[in-house]
Amino acid sequence: MSEELCYSTISELSGRLGRGDLSAVELMQAVIARTRKVDGRVGAFNSFDEEDALGQARASDERRAKARASGADGRGRPLEGIPVGIKDVVAVAGQPLTASSRMLENYVSPYDATVARKLKEAGAICWGRLNLDEFAMGSSTENSAFRTTSNPWDLERVPGGSSGGSAAAVAAGEAVAALGSDTGGSIRQPAALCNVVGLKPTYGRVSRYGLIAFASSLDQIGPFARSVEDAASVLGAIAGHDPRDSTSVRMDVPDYAGGMAALAKSGRRWRLGIAKEYFGEGLDPEVGAAVQAAVDEYRGLGCEIREVSLPHTRYAIGAYYIIATAECSSNLARYDGVRYGRRSKDATDALDIYFKSRAEGFGPEVKRRIILGTYVLSSGYYDAYYLRAQKVRTLIRRDFLDAFAQVDAILTPTSPTPAFRKGEKAADPLAMYLSDIYTIGVNLAGLPGMSIPCGFTRGGLPIGLQAIGQPFRETELLAIAGAYEKRTDWRTRRPRL
Amino acid sequence: MNYEAVIGLEVHVQVKTRSKMFSRVAAGYGQPENTLTDPVVLALPGTLPVMNKAALDKIIKAGLLLGCDIAPECKWDRKNYFYPDSPKNYQISQYDQPLCRGGFVEIELPGPARNVMGEHKRISLTRIHLEEDVGKLNHAEGVSLVDFNRAGTPLMEIVSEPVIRSADEAFAFLTALKTLMIYGGISDCDMEKGQLRCDANISIRPEGGTELGTKVELKNLNSFSFVRDGIALEVRRQISVVKAGGRVVQETRDYDGQTGESKSLRTKEMAHDYRYFPDPDLMPVQVGEEWKSAVRADCPELPFDKQRRFQKEYGVPYTITSVLVPDRELSDFFEEAARLCGKPQAAGNWIANDLLRELGAAKVGLAQAKVRPAHVAGLVRLVEEGAILSNAAKEVFVDMFRTGEPPDAVVARKGLGAQTGLDELDRWCREAIAANPKSAADFKGGKDSAINAFKGPVMRAAKGRADPRRVDETLRRLLAQ
Repeated sequence: MSEELCYSTISELSGRLGRGDLSAVELMQAVIARTRKVDGRVGAFNSFDEEDALGQARASDERRAKARASGADGRGRPLEGIPVGIKDVVAVAGQPLTASSRMLENYVSPYDATVARKLKEAGAICWGRLNLDEFAMGSSTENSAFRTTSNPWDLERVPGGSSGGSAAAVAAGEAVAALGSDTGGSIRQPAALCNVVGLKPTYGRVSRYGLIAFASSLDQIGPFARSVEDAASVLGAIAGHDPRDSTSVRMDVPDYAGGMAALAKSGRRWRLGIAKEYFGEGLDPEVGAAVQAAVDEYRGLGCEIREVSLPHTRYAIGAYYIIATAECSSNLARYDGVRYGRRSKDATDALDIYFKSRAEGFGPEVKRRIILGTYVLSSGYYDAYYLRAQKVRTLIRRDFLDAFAQVDAILTPTSPTPAFRKGEKAADPLAMYLSDIYTIGVNLAGLPGMSIPCGFTRGGLPIGLQAIGQPFRETELLAIAGAYEKRTDWRTRRPRL
Repeated sequence: MNYEAVIGLEVHVQVKTRSKMFSRVAAGYGQPENTLTDPVVLALPGTLPVMNKAALDKIIKAGLLLGCDIAPECKWDRKNYFYPDSPKNYQISQYDQPLCRGGFVEIELPGPARNVMGEHKRISLTRIHLEEDVGKLNHAEGVSLVDFNRAGTPLMEIVSEPVIRSADEAFAFLTALKTLMIYGGISDCDMEKGQLRCDANISIRPEGGTELGTKVELKNLNSFSFVRDGIALEVRRQISVVKAGGRVVQETRDYDGQTGESKSLRTKEMAHDYRYFPDPDLMPVQVGEEWKSAVRADCPELPFDKQRRFQKEYGVPYTITSVLVPDRELSDFFEEAARLCGKPQAAGNWIANDLLRELGAAKVGLAQAKVRPAHVAGLVRLVEEGAILSNAAKEVFVDMFRTGEPPDAVVARKGLGAQTGLDELDRWCREAIAANPKSAADFKGGKDSAINAFKGPVMRAAKGRADPRRVDETLRRLLAQ
């Protein structure tokens, strides 16, 4: 019973909560029980506060009761009573905000990120702090200073990253949905590796205020969910212009869930692109086959499949690691031990506070990227690296926009491989960087992209299909993903835990 | 050989806005430490800057007033360096696309005498850009404390071309710049509050030369006179070094205004690499013609233009305009008073002399003063009409400054009206003559000074409120009968 609840979708739960045959407190209790039961093995959470979560659930029940008493129907707010896990880089007032770093080990945020405020306004319960690669830098959660999250499908393997905790929590039934952040694939790749839906919205669709910045021009917050429809519901709750983030776009937020349902009903025949650059060397054959089968499924649905070309794809990783590291070297300068966060006990003067606090506070991957980013911005190198990378970025975006002249969306594998073993790539940063080879271009181009379950390897590891959409056309992207999801039952499978 | 100084100034001016450059928290001075802060100012994890448009309005205004080219787009860059007063450890600034380029400051050099206008010159500007101010470090025994109240305050950096030739020109540059900033409501430029800060780059070269010599940067110039004295000292120092056969070393020097000495802070610039790059958190902002026109409509007349106009249009002398014009409020006060009474010169005199004296004595600003332009105009009119005498008028002014009452009311209340009734004056004069037949005879006998004997009694009778000229006329008329 309790496990059933934990694996229900938002739409199912909202129905029950609305009818009154389930309370938010009961749902929260079930999720807490499930988390207590499995998180010792999964390690999705850095921390969670049961009392706080139950308090939010009680408040939700009271709101619903009050609304009902005043004659409203039971439905209430869009996410009323739904526990949504929060990646530990998104600020929630009064809760820890560690970025899985020693630097912020004891830091508590005094304010709400805009997405946290919006979730609360939508009735959701901000549930726990989900593990990640330190400062969202990595593809496995192995760079977390606190723990490596295990993949619920195989505890010896990584859940992907950097939002590995978010993906694992949803996959293991420890949250109904979760928020992650995606700078180069950090939502989509772990979603693929954990058999859940993950959506990175168009850059500017969701406010970044309150998201610990890794690379400001690439970062975007998005949902993990058990179904495409659920992802649409969460996106609808968190999207929109924010006066506190000047990179958020002034554009109305459509009814994503309603819009995708309407498109599904219309029977529209989608034109879908396949780019050969995304099926080359390094692609695991089983992943390739599953994605090919998904493409065939779409063809069977009456969609038109076209080959498109994204010729600058091979420069994406290089450009990404210049832009992302350059921005991170500057974004992470604020963690200096002066105002908050870790200050070395051995420090004697200002310079010493910087050197020792940062030496103790940051892990090796973060240091590697800060050093790389500092280097590429240095005078004399700026033009050769940063400026050039920005030009490459423009070309990559143009590739995509050219392709979208012919197709509504592009289908690719999300990750070249299924979940890899812990430690397998930890010593080889370059191999790790290649985990994001299919997702990075989407961030560079600022496009929306999502990963949906599309099968399993013979060994039982999940495989994800990536769908890439046009800027600010998330509704269509969701409808395209939903069309496939409806024809398959991958998403309903559960890991044995 | 004679040498000339080559001086360029870098002036930081805090822009007067209600909130800070990139956050909603109030900007201000003199508040308890770390109270003008919020998550953005303190650079808490996850915070983002959002531009304050009012600050942009003001730098555009400064650019328009100074005749700069205004960039079509406002682009923000990050200047990366670590310092404890800088919360993000980068400063949001403008690197390769300053909002304003070119332009000039019109200055007036000291004239040959205080009441004679000096030479006017144009000092070209290189650029003006907008950035955010940093916090303040306070060093106590063994500890350093940071106050972030100032952090994030909008700050303009105004850079002059190296075309300033003397300490006096530098002083005049700052004076003119400050006047202009106050005129435009851009900044109060109070140096004690750190609202204006100035560094000078100084070199010398043989007179009439074209090449630039080795420059020395002079810092800690905490007042306008320190700027002037510090530059003068540095120019003398460099000349004596060169004349003694030495070479000027590139360095940063610290000027101590108290002792009037300077000392080397560091030789050679530390090789700073600020790793500038466009700030990805802030989208470039288009500055269209419409925006510029709106700001232009709000631009005041330039002070020196106003001064020339006052002299030409109203015939007010330099001694008065040079007092009125540097203060925009006072100039407006003057124009209003002049318009109301139609006697600009008289109004100018009252304002430049009596009003300023009373304001100074009462230690209040013009805005708080009870006396208004209509009062001054009324007083000018009363004097013109002969309704009061100039001595009495002075008293009336002081009274209306204190009470805010209109001049005629003060005159009536204090009984200060000039006694112009012919009958009364005639009567007093007749009585005085009748009382002193000897002097009347002396006068008629040709002793002109004998007339003075009657004046004392007449003035006593009039309680001092008779016009001496008119008394004299009346006595002569009656004695001639």
